[in-house]
Amino acid sequence: MVPHLVIEPNRSRLAFDLRDLWRYRELFYFLTWRDIKVRYKQTALGAAWAIMQPLFNMLIFTLLFGKLAGLPSDNIPYPLFAFAGLLPWTFFSNAIGNSGNSLVGSSHLITKVYFPRLIIPAASVLAGLVDFFFAFLVMAVLMVIYKVPLGVNILLLPLLIFLTTLLAFGVGMWLSALNVRFRDIRYVIPFLIQFWMYATPIIYPVSMMPERYRPYLAINPMTGVIEGYRVALLGGVNGASINWQSLGVSIAIALVVLVYASYDFRRMEKTFADIV
Amino acid sequence: MKVPFAIKAERIAKHYRLGTNPNVNRTLRDVIVDSVGRLGQLARGNGNSNAGSVTDLWALEDISFEIQPGEVVGIVGRNGAGKSTLLKVLARITEPTRGRVEIFGRVGSLLEVGTGFHPELSGRENIFLNGSILGMSRKEIERKFDEIVAFAELERFIDTPVKRYSSGMYVRLAFAVAAHLEPEILLVDEVLAVGDAAFQKKCLGKMSDVARHGRTVIFVSHNTAAMLNLCDRGILIDRGRIVADAPIEPVIQQYLKGLRTVTPWDLSTFEDRQGKGRVRFTRVRFEDDQGNPVEHGVSGKPLVIALDYHAESSQPLPNCRASVTFFDGLGQVLFNCSSELVIQDPITLKPEGTLRCLIPRLPLSQNQYLLTLFLEVNREVEDWILNAVELDVIDGDFYGTGRLYPDGWRGKGVLVPHQWLTQ
Repeated sequence: MVPHLVIEPNRSRLAFDLRDLWRYRELFYFLTWRDIKVRYKQTALGAAWAIMQPLFNMLIFTLLFGKLAGLPSDNIPYPLFAFAGLLPWTFFSNAIGNSGNSLVGSSHLITKVYFPRLIIPAASVLAGLVDFFFAFLVMAVLMVIYKVPLGVNILLLPLLIFLTTLLAFGVGMWLSALNVRFRDIRYVIPFLIQFWMYATPIIYPVSMMPERYRPYLAINPMTGVIEGYRVALLGGVNGASINWQSLGVSIAIALVVLVYASYDFRRMEKTFADIV
Repeated sequence: MKVPFAIKAERIAKHYRLGTNPNVNRTLRDVIVDSVGRLGQLARGNGNSNAGSVTDLWALEDISFEIQPGEVVGIVGRNGAGKSTLLKVLARITEPTRGRVEIFGRVGSLLEVGTGFHPELSGRENIFLNGSILGMSRKEIERKFDEIVAFAELERFIDTPVKRYSSGMYVRLAFAVAAHLEPEILLVDEVLAVGDAAFQKKCLGKMSDVARHGRTVIFVSHNTAAMLNLCDRGILIDRGRIVADAPIEPVIQQYLKGLRTVTPWDLSTFEDRQGKGRVRFTRVRFEDDQGNPVEHGVSGKPLVIALDYHAESSQPLPNCRASVTFFDGLGQVLFNCSSELVIQDPITLKPEGTLRCLIPRLPLSQNQYLLTLFLEVNREVEDWILNAVELDVIDGDFYGTGRLYPDGWRGKGVLVPHQWLTQ
C-alpha cells in the first residue's frame, strides 16, 4: 500500500493525528533515549544529581521548616514528610522546565524535518522519569531507616506516577508552544515553578490550612498528587487514608489541562517552523 | 500499486509577514502594550489604524506542477526565489497559506546533512538518532549500519563522540546516513556542497544511483553541473512563481541567463563578487588584435579581453595573478586562461590600469559563454566574479577549411586544432 498524503492549510486542526503519532513512535523512543543519554553523559556526577537535588532540598527544609520554624507534619518525621513531597515535585518541576524549553531548543530539528512536534516536549517529560527512579531509591532507603510499614495504599503508586507524568506533559506541552511564540516564557517558567511549589503542600501539610481555605488549595492539581504520594508511601506511619475527593479533582484538572494544551499546541504547531 | 502521480501541487502559496509582526515572535510585553494601545485608540475613536510597519511577502505564489514517479526534478532560482520554501512545504515542515499538495509515497527530506547530530554522542549513536530523525526505522538502520560506516570510512572512530571528529569526518558520517535513506520520494536541498571534492564525487555517485533506481527526487542546488547530470526536468522559480518547467537543459540555460541583469561591461557596481576587494575589476571590453572594440568573438579569430582595474591605494601591486575562465551556457567549465601559466616571473601592476588577455585563435563555436574573472595580489584573492560577463561567439572558419561545426553535434563548444593522418 503506497502512503497517500494531502497537505492543505488548516487540515485536522482539532485532534492529533494518532496514526501519524504511532508511525513516529520510534523517533519518540530515540529522542527520549537521547535526552537521557546526553544528560548522564554530560554531567560529571551523572545519576548523583538526580538524588542530590531532592535530598539537599529535604535537608534544608528539615532544618529551616521542620526544626527552626517547627511546622507540623501530620505525625510523620519531617525528613520523610518533606522527601515524599519533594520526590514527585522534583520530577514534575524538572519535567515542565525541560519540556517548556524543549521546542525552542530543538529549532534545528523543527526547521529541517517533519515529525509530529508533540514528540519533543513528550520526550523531555519521559526522560525525567529516570531521575525520578533514582530519587525513589533514596525514598526507599529513608523508609527502611525510619522503619515505615508498607500499606495497601502503595498499590496506588503507579496511578500517581501516571497522573504526575500526564499533568507534567499537559503543562510542559502548553508552555513549550507558548515559548515558541513568546520568548519571555523562558523567564516565566522558573518563576512559575517557584510560585507553584509554595502553593503546593510540600513543606507544610494541608491540615495546617484552616478548613475553609482547603478547597482553594485543592484547585491546584499538584495538591491531590502530593497528598496521594504521602498516603501511598507513608500512610503506614500515621494511618492516613487517600483523600479521593482531592485526587479526583487532580485527575479532572489534569485531563482538562491536557485537552486544552493539545488543542492550543495543535493550533500553534503549524507556525513553529516559521517563527522558531 | 500503480499511482496516478508522485506529487501534485495545486496553486500553492505561502505568505510571510516581515517587520513588526502582529502574530509572530512578539514578547508578552508587546502583547500588553498593543492591547493597551488598542484600547486607547478605541477610546479616541480610530481603532482600525494600527497597521504597524508590516511587510507582506509571498514566498510562493500559485505554484502548480505534477511529478511522475521516478522523475528527477531540479529546482533552480536565485537566492530568495522560494526554492527552499517550496521544499519545506512539500516536506510538511511548514504549512502552505493556500493551495493543496497531494503525495503518493513515503517522503524523505534532506534539507541539511546531520540534522539532530548531538556532539556528545558517539558516531554509532548518532547514526541511529539521525537515521530515525530522517525517517528510517530502527530495523532499517541496523540492517544498513555497516554499510553506512563503511561509506563514511569511519570504522575506527565509530564509538568516539562526534565532538572529537574533524569537520570532514563529521560531514562524511552525516552524509553517509543520508545517502542510505530509501524513501519513494526524496527531497534534497543543497547538501552536496559539503565535504572535499573526492567525497562530493562519491555523494554525487550515490545520488545518481538513487535517481536511477526509479525513485522520485526533487533536488535544489546551485551546482548546475550536478543538476545536469542528475535531473531530467527543471523547474525555474523566480520571486515565488514558476517561470519555466521543461527539460533540465533549457531551464538551466534560462536560469544562468537571468543571473546577469547588470550591464556586463560595467563591473564597478557589481555586488555579487568575492575577495578582499582592495583591487577590483571595473570594466570588461572585448577587442580585436588591433585594439578595435568588438561586440562578439568569432571562431578562429583573435580576441582580446580587456579588463580595467582599480586599486584603493596608490602603491604598486606586487606578485599578481589574473585569470579568465570560460563556462558554457549550462555552467560547465570549459577552459581557463591564467597569467601564471604563460608568464614566467611574477608580475607587478600599476595601481590602476588595464589587463589584456589575448587569445590568438578563439577556440569556441557559435554560442554564448560566461566568463569568470579572477585577480590575486600577493597570494590574496582580491576580486573574483563568477559569471561576470557573457561572451557571444559567432561561427568563423576556425579550421581554415570553410567548414563550420554543425549545430546539434555533440561536442559543439570548444574547438581543438587537430589533424587526421590517412596514410
